[in-house]
Amino acid sequence: MTPNVGARIVHKEFPPITRHRLALYCGASGDHNPIHVDLDFAKKAGFPDVFTHGMLVMAYLGQALTDAVPPQRLRTFSTRFVAITQLGARLTCEGHVSELIEHNGEPCAKLALTTKDENGEIKLAGEAVIAL
Amino acid sequence: MVDQSAVGREFTPVTARVEPGRLRFFLDTLGESNPLYRDTQAASGAGYAAPPVPPTYLFCLEMMDTTEPFEFLTTLNIDIARVLHGEQRFDYHAPVVLGDTLTFRPRVTGVSEKKGGAMTLVMVETSVINQNGVHVADVSRTVVIRNPRPS
Repeated sequence: MTPNVGARIVHKEFPPITRHRLALYCGASGDHNPIHVDLDFAKKAGFPDVFTHGMLVMAYLGQALTDAVPPQRLRTFSTRFVAITQLGARLTCEGHVSELIEHNGEPCAKLALTTKDENGEIKLAGEAVIAL
Repeated sequence: MVDQSAVGREFTPVTARVEPGRLRFFLDTLGESNPLYRDTQAASGAGYAAPPVPPTYLFCLEMMDTTEPFEFLTTLNIDIARVLHGEQRFDYHAPVVLGDTLTFRPRVTGVSEKKGGAMTLVMVETSVINQNGVHVADVSRTVVIRNPRPS
């Protein structure tokens, strides 16, 4: 079934980001950059506190995406990290169909994706191409 | 400072295996409950030989199994405290599932300056090949370096 352009097909909310979550993600992702878990290091680098791995936020967006679209239909998935995601942020991931396109000869839909915090500030702006 | 001479630079290939315990840790960390990622039956019902990896996990596998962590930063003499992740892209060509062994080949594909030299953007593209020689994905990242102010 071909979705309508403008149709909102991705929507998911996530619990507040905690220090514990950042520590778990550090281990689970292999991204050991101390700036996300070591307050002393973050301060020395000029940040007021540790902050969320961009890829943790993208993983949430990916989760919201594959809740709505089976992963075997995913062709591309990309994001811009627009702003730093602070501790405590409650993230909402959303996506709507922006365009119907052909991708490598296959009929596809392009989705416009965003992740916002509880104040509506955009953290990630992304795009996915899914096979129809 | 990183300049155009870095373009074309290749880094040590990384071989990574999709291991069940590590994948479960990742899924648990994200509160991922989609049965497709956890249950062999659900995965095979969707046409997979084994549970697939979630969309961003390829990025993690490369970092987890590298023998030279942050080689990209050390080789190009970039201070880890000055980097931010600017953009990330995945192009999926074939499924990646539990038990696969993947080879990642990263290389620098672009360097550009932003905001009058206040920031340098470095693009790294990584091709991913599985144990059968299938080109399963391309993973691209743009790293933003916050340059120190000239004194």
